[in-house]
Amino acid sequence: MKMTGSEIIIESLRREGVKHIFGYPGGVVLNIFDALYDTKDVQLILTRHEQGAIHAADGYARATGKAGVALVTSGPGATNTVTGIATACMDSIPLVVLSGQVPTMLIGNDAFQEADIVGITRPCTKYNYLVKDVNELSKIIREAFHIATTGRPGPVLIDLPKDVTTAKTEFHWPHIDVRSYKPTYEGNKYMITQSAHLIAKAKKPVIIAGGGVISSGAAKELHEFAELTRIPVAMTLMGLGGFPGTHDLSLGMLGMHGTYYANRTVQDSDLLIAIGMRFDDRVTGKIDAFAPHAKIIHIDIDPTSIRKNVRVDIPIVGDVRRVLTVLNKILKEEIQEQWEEVRKAWLKQVEAWKAERPMTYTWSDEVIKPQFVVEKIYELTKGDAIIATEVGQNQMWAAQFYKYDKPRTWLSSGGLGTMGYGFPAAIGAQLAHPGKLVIDIAGDGSIQMNIQELATAIVNKLPVKVAILNNRYLGMVRQWQELFFNERYSYSHLDVTPDFVEVARAYGALGLRATKPSEVEPVLKEAFRVKKPVFMDFVIDWKEKVFPMVPAGAPIDHMLFEETEKKGEKKLKAVK
Amino acid sequence: MRHTISVLVENKFGVLSRISGLFSGRGYNIESLSVGETIDPQISTMTIVTTGDDQIIEQITKQLNKLIDVIKVTDMTELEHVEREMVLVKIAPRQEDKPEVLNIAEIFRGRIVDSSQKTYTIEITGDEKKIEAFIELMKPMGIKEFVRTGKVAISREGVRKK
Repeated sequence: MKMTGSEIIIESLRREGVKHIFGYPGGVVLNIFDALYDTKDVQLILTRHEQGAIHAADGYARATGKAGVALVTSGPGATNTVTGIATACMDSIPLVVLSGQVPTMLIGNDAFQEADIVGITRPCTKYNYLVKDVNELSKIIREAFHIATTGRPGPVLIDLPKDVTTAKTEFHWPHIDVRSYKPTYEGNKYMITQSAHLIAKAKKPVIIAGGGVISSGAAKELHEFAELTRIPVAMTLMGLGGFPGTHDLSLGMLGMHGTYYANRTVQDSDLLIAIGMRFDDRVTGKIDAFAPHAKIIHIDIDPTSIRKNVRVDIPIVGDVRRVLTVLNKILKEEIQEQWEEVRKAWLKQVEAWKAERPMTYTWSDEVIKPQFVVEKIYELTKGDAIIATEVGQNQMWAAQFYKYDKPRTWLSSGGLGTMGYGFPAAIGAQLAHPGKLVIDIAGDGSIQMNIQELATAIVNKLPVKVAILNNRYLGMVRQWQELFFNERYSYSHLDVTPDFVEVARAYGALGLRATKPSEVEPVLKEAFRVKKPVFMDFVIDWKEKVFPMVPAGAPIDHMLFEETEKKGEKKLKAVK
Repeated sequence: MRHTISVLVENKFGVLSRISGLFSGRGYNIESLSVGETIDPQISTMTIVTTGDDQIIEQITKQLNKLIDVIKVTDMTELEHVEREMVLVKIAPRQEDKPEVLNIAEIFRGRIVDSSQKTYTIEITGDEKKIEAFIELMKPMGIKEFVRTGKVAISREGVRKK
């Protein structure tokens, strides 16, 4: 039977097991939307902005591991997804983005709502397609899902000219083989064996776990590896949840706002085992001074990540889970070490660093401290929630004061640092996990970047909770201005923020406010109890800053703490 | 150091843009680039000449390999290989220099592919050194126009680089 391009798209999505897509209609995608009208098993979630759609698809992908799908129209519809595509690309999140395009005949004519979205997204997608022939459509969609979800995952865009969506052809579901795309999954056995010997010899080893642990599903294998060899684990922002934050071997996050003990451990180590991470500048600080005494084993599926920023002694290209499986086997069978005994001194040192400077903040009876809100969220949920964040101080406090025990419970824009990401991402995650408590930890600045998605949450009965840490400032910008720009608060004060309680009410959601520390717990309890979206407006101490902090460009053990800052020793200048 | 990198790619629209975008997006320089179909019309070869230290060249080859449309990347500089480039030079010599121009062209095994009352157009093929030497000699003769194809390279069989 012949099908239209639009019907082929829906059938292909169905065969890829897609249940939900996020989107927004418009001129050239009307045929696809018409085909969706009669479709029962593929549901479209209508967002209020295409940026909301793309971030929701991203949140859906992060929370499930499946590809998130977005469908938007040509021109502005497509360009509105670019920030979200770049966000997913930086964080290696699988997305398939279907964008409408003007009819093939008109491409290049500056037609109404035409944009060269394939050209625009070329540097921020893993791959992209312009479909020119309806006979290629199903194959391209199948390839797109394959490319998005395998190897180092990433976003793939398919541009669909209107005439392709109306043209008819026989449906076929071809076997695909992309000859020029063959990711390496199995690590080199020799290199893995060498690593095992290096691990056995090391006196002061540390693991740095990144987002690759989560995308390859290697949390169990990492857990086994760390416990077997008794090596402490620091996590990148993307790696949170890859190793239990409550585990005694966990060092929490490292880097610019990492824990004192994570950074000290890394800097003092003689062996660094980097797993599924890419040595971002927020992790390494001053690169020449990073882990100066350490040999480095680097496991990553993307060969370009290896030796891009730091020297590596043992590079292992492969899927993190498979490499760790082999490594664990070798360690158990070939290297029988008395690990407990071997690690005693090193772990004692690490414990000493933990005791020396634990993660703390100064309590206040009068004004709400943002860290207290995050801690309370952790306490009340017992860690059993999915946390999304925006970007800035809210993101760092959420990373520091909540302990993530499981993968895919932490959704945050790491690489691109996209404000406005968290709320739509939380909506996507809630759709994927209807029974879970999903909380967006936000700032008053960030939440206003995609606040319109509250309508999406209401309409689709997605009871997402938003905890707004409201300091009336773009807090992280303000913090940098205070520390490094002589307190010249250039355009970081938001002056008028809307009454978030009223905003919530206007949309049909519940709005709650806490202005005193004693009100935090009742507000959270009420929010978690009701079965609808809630905005919680926590009026926090606007002076509060994120500590510890490594000034940009400084070595990661040059840390600025709250108390040194208070004593007026703060004048650690950013290194240019 | 200068490297000649040979890249086998899918012969699709947009591939050149992906490759050039990779270089421009990461701040790498392309000194020359030549593209042509292979025996299989679905595959093209790109020969890229670029410069960089070992780490940059390693990143370039890895990043090229990472592109979905790239089938194979070979850093020719690591192999014994033959390189050629073609140049077309239009020369407008003074009357008395004409014999010298023809002489030099012959020494370099150039061919006169076009001539007019005032000009000769000479085709020269060779490796970089030969081309440079020829251009140096021709400069005083009055080069009017000058185009070069960019380098192509092919590996030599049965020879290992020392």
